[in-house]
Amino acid sequence: MATFRIKRYNPEIKPEPYFEDFQLDIPEGATLLDCINQVKWTLDGTLTYRMSCRSAICGSCGMKVNGHAQLACQRQATNLLDKDDTITIEPLGNMKPIKDLVVDFEPFWAKVNKIKPYLQTDDSPPQKERLQAPDQFRLIDDASTCIMCGNCYSDCNTLEVDDNFLGPAALAKAQRFVSDSRDGKTLERVMALSEPGGIWDCTHCGECVERCPKPAEPFYRIKEIMAVALEQGVHNNNGARHALSFAKSIKSSGRLNENMIPVESMGYFNIKGLMDLIPIGLRMLLKMKIPPIIHKSIEDVKDVKRIFKELDQ
Amino acid sequence: MKFALFTGCVSQGATRELMVSTKKAAEGLGIDFVEMKSAACCGAGVLGEKSSILADALNARSFAIAEKQGLDLVTICSTCQGVLKKTECNIKSDPEYKKKINHILSEGGHQYDGTTRIKHFANILATDEGMARLRERIKRPLTGLKVAAFYGCYVLRPSGLSDFENPDNPTGLEDIFAALGATPVYYPSRIKCCGFPIVMMNKTASLEMAGNALVDAIESGADCVVTGCPLCHLNLDSYQPEIDKLMQKKYSIPILHLPQLVALALGYSPKELDMDKHIVSTLRIKRKLHPVS
Repeated sequence: MATFRIKRYNPEIKPEPYFEDFQLDIPEGATLLDCINQVKWTLDGTLTYRMSCRSAICGSCGMKVNGHAQLACQRQATNLLDKDDTITIEPLGNMKPIKDLVVDFEPFWAKVNKIKPYLQTDDSPPQKERLQAPDQFRLIDDASTCIMCGNCYSDCNTLEVDDNFLGPAALAKAQRFVSDSRDGKTLERVMALSEPGGIWDCTHCGECVERCPKPAEPFYRIKEIMAVALEQGVHNNNGARHALSFAKSIKSSGRLNENMIPVESMGYFNIKGLMDLIPIGLRMLLKMKIPPIIHKSIEDVKDVKRIFKELDQ
Repeated sequence: MKFALFTGCVSQGATRELMVSTKKAAEGLGIDFVEMKSAACCGAGVLGEKSSILADALNARSFAIAEKQGLDLVTICSTCQGVLKKTECNIKSDPEYKKKINHILSEGGHQYDGTTRIKHFANILATDEGMARLRERIKRPLTGLKVAAFYGCYVLRPSGLSDFENPDNPTGLEDIFAALGATPVYYPSRIKCCGFPIVMMNKTASLEMAGNALVDAIESGADCVVTGCPLCHLNLDSYQPEIDKLMQKKYSIPILHLPQLVALALGYSPKELDMDKHIVSTLRIKRKLHPVS
């Protein structure tokens, strides 16, 4: 007998969420969603959650299972049991719960809409569809597999502290249009995506890759947008300056010049940003933690420079 | 145990105490680290924002240097570890790409075949041989010290690149702490992001991430936090005064590098491990240390 420890919430009855345990024998091969359905159909009909296709296509049954977002229909329940034969189920994170496992997706959709998830072109529409070449489609193939389940959004570490962040799903969708050769607004798109709350606020936690049930893997899509933004010359922000400073430093010495990177990331004319570096700089100086003033190159740095040159960087 | 040591940039700069303590820990454990003086920066995932093939070529060059010496490559930074593993995966999964990378390397006299393995220092300690050496050579069990692990994202995620058995619930660092005689403290934030990658872009969000992790560790009863990533160390230690200000609290929880904790148990003194170079005082740990036997 397994225990399904489910977070319940119904503000009309009780203001605070609470856990309720349900005991169930897991039928052989049953997915977690099959088991939750059993709970609803045989033990408590008031249990509320989203579901539809049961085959990891619709993206409705995202929920936190043992602390991490996943689709309930995508995993067999027996593989999710902890050492006490229990599965802990909670609503997705970073969104407001409405009832039991149902959360409010409105902010999620608002962010997806904000990135203009449609083709923008100055040409008049063709009579039939706009064809795309296979090699060009490959550039947007992964992002186009996103099923908008919200798993990445739920576990994103930046969103936990800053709800201004567009989040992984919207940014993966943005890459699908930024890298689409049929789209005519690439520059405008990467300029908008370089604003605060955009690509450069991604904290590299990798949670979105881990929780994504499809090959969309938003973190890698975000990196692809960054490359386009840098290539398009959208450099007037700390994130872009930071990446350029990295490349410059490695190109000249093979390693990071940690004294220069913060300054160059802020920008030489960003007085407020530079002033902001003073307290930590002084603190590090007092503890003799600052990197050597004379920045030394790695051995055989000329080979590193050659590789930069060979790759036109 | 002999390895090529990929030092990373930060252990040569803003966290030099990491390099000092790594050498001591290696000496105490009888591990022979051959410093890779011609290896380039891993790019920290940032160089790849400009050009992923450039980052991969530079990292493959580092693998080739280790390979030429017949050694596995060891990192002392979670970020280096994850970024190098990503390059390894990119190259190993695509023979055409491997050929292209090797063509770029060839003029510099390098060739990457794919035999060298990439391991974080924690991963080599967590092997049977590493654990046996730890247990044999402990001169000062860290009994009574409650230690909270902070893994660093890149060493865990994506899990396909991780050397930890269960990246959602890893125990590698805690197993090491227990072998050293310390008491591991388990808390949810141990696998979260420290926020360092965005400290230049969104400082408030970055420091709030770090602050939440510190609160979690403190509320779980930890005496100190130990990390295998110098970038996490920078956000959790060097920025702790700013975190205090942001969260309107005074945390004062010391943050150690993994090799510092290991070397303490091996009998080295806090001073030898540059523990006085931290921003947050490490006195709380020093007071809990037993004499060396």
